[in-house]
Amino acid sequence: MENVHEGRLKNAVNKKKKSKWNQILKEKWLYFMVLPGLAYFIIFKYIPMWGIVIAFQDYSPFLGVFRSDWVGFEHFHYFFTNPDFLRLLRNTFILALYDLVFFFPAPIILSLMLNEIRLSFYKRTLQTLVYVPHFMSWVIIASISYVFLTTSGGVVNELLAKLIGQEINFLSSPDWFRPMIIGQIMWKETGWGTVIFLAALASVDQEQYEAAIVDGAGRFRRLWHVTLPALRSTIVILLILRLGNFLDTGFQQIYLMSNSLNRSVADVFDTYVYFVGITEGAFSYSTAVGLFKSIVGIVLIVGADRLAKKLGQGGLF
Amino acid sequence: MHRMHNTGPGRVFDVFNHVFLTAVGLITVIPFLYVIAGSFASDTELATRSFFLIPNDFTTTAYDYIFSTNAVIRSLGVSILVTVLGTIVSMILTLTMAYPLSRSSMVGRNFILNLILFSMLFGGGMIPTYLLVKSLGLLDSIWALILPMAINPFNLIIVKTFFQQLPKELEDASKIDGCTEFQTFWRVMLPLSKPVIATFTLFYAVFYWNDFFQALLYLTDTTKWPIQLLLQQLVMVANSGIGDLQEAQLYEPPEESVKLAVIVIATVPILLFYPFLQKHFAKGVMLGSVKG
Repeated sequence: MENVHEGRLKNAVNKKKKSKWNQILKEKWLYFMVLPGLAYFIIFKYIPMWGIVIAFQDYSPFLGVFRSDWVGFEHFHYFFTNPDFLRLLRNTFILALYDLVFFFPAPIILSLMLNEIRLSFYKRTLQTLVYVPHFMSWVIIASISYVFLTTSGGVVNELLAKLIGQEINFLSSPDWFRPMIIGQIMWKETGWGTVIFLAALASVDQEQYEAAIVDGAGRFRRLWHVTLPALRSTIVILLILRLGNFLDTGFQQIYLMSNSLNRSVADVFDTYVYFVGITEGAFSYSTAVGLFKSIVGIVLIVGADRLAKKLGQGGLF
Repeated sequence: MHRMHNTGPGRVFDVFNHVFLTAVGLITVIPFLYVIAGSFASDTELATRSFFLIPNDFTTTAYDYIFSTNAVIRSLGVSILVTVLGTIVSMILTLTMAYPLSRSSMVGRNFILNLILFSMLFGGGMIPTYLLVKSLGLLDSIWALILPMAINPFNLIIVKTFFQQLPKELEDASKIDGCTEFQTFWRVMLPLSKPVIATFTLFYAVFYWNDFFQALLYLTDTTKWPIQLLLQQLVMVANSGIGDLQEAQLYEPPEESVKLAVIVIATVPILLFYPFLQKHFAKGVMLGSVKG
């Protein structure tokens, strides 16, 4: 009796395996189609992950990964005891904090203001204008900044010379680096950042406003009690996403705006990896620095995801 | 309906709001307008007038100079080639990968999806990727500007989600008609996905046109520089007098209006496509906010 049962079970398992293979054979085209993309991920995403092993080696391009000497955590030890580490952490953290405090609320405020415009032609024109810089490369944004801010005939400094009789060397002054970076981000991305908020605002039920008016709510009370709550979940999700990417200061922008005079405040993890790794050829050490940043990044993202779930936002992935 | 309570402080706010937003709009576009105006002005005018939106004596000397030398034309050629080729490669890879992953019947689908998801969270980083590109022999090749970032996983997931919500009956019907999965994809799914294809073609094209990072990382051969890298060298390296001066010296010291003209040249394609970009990018943002 038992044997029969076992035999049946085996048959069922075999059948299942067989049907799996049948399924794969039947849909072989799907696998041909997925293959090039899969190859991309394996070659350009997973092989570099394996390449991280050189962070634990004294990698020499001549010896290659297999014959270079293993040094354990030496590079990490050197990095954490190096004054560079605290400087990078500080610079990255301050830039990220400035970004959160000054840039993050800007699209929310702008979309609330745009939402108060009733002339739809005027509103659409403004939207068209403020979206433009989002599509420009950082090189173009940085080039325009150079043209405007340079002390040799830049528009801003000529204006300053007339107004306060003094020029400010924004481009190479460490004091002006962070305001300049945040200013550029605000100029480039605030307009575009309103897209998602304006969409959320458009979906607010108009009856809620009517009800609020009947209840005697003025314009600012309607803003406070109807409009802002409608944006809340979008704001929370974007804030959590931002926290998850907290360490991601844009490499292109920082690289373009930094020079030997403001490097003390400009260096962040990504630019440091570039200068030490690519320019100076310290492959193993810079890989170790990059790995440190990736690990902190993954911790932040997973933390942000947990936070999102706890706040009932359904998680990020 | 809002209009009803427009008294006192509300009116003051309205006036302030209009003034402020108009100022925001102007601050956004004036830098571009100045750059365009300056590119058509003479260097003496640029030196003597601190700010203008219409040049006093209109001249195209900057553009004449630029198009009499090879560097800018060559860089434009590289940028156009990389943008066209890169967008084609990226779209093929993204679409062909997204479709199978949208089919719940596919065995191993979750494994591949998790592989993609993990690569979005964690990566080898700049140096291991650089060493890979180097060992593939792609340094100083325009493929180095295309292959390492060929699939944007966010785009892939959004396209996959789009395929998923197309009616399943279409697949069944074409299967009954004897189509293979590829034929279904090619003849049924793609024609239905035109708006999505347009959106992501533009996403990728803008990425390739604007990218500077990969060129900086992988190209040392100045004849292969895309326009963004050339612009950076012209404006920033020559301007600040800091950095790799030897590369800048390959060119004649650029005059003011030439710098502005190169900024314009690097911007023009984006402005030409701007009406499409505005429409489709906003759509992309909305697609992206629907979770897959």
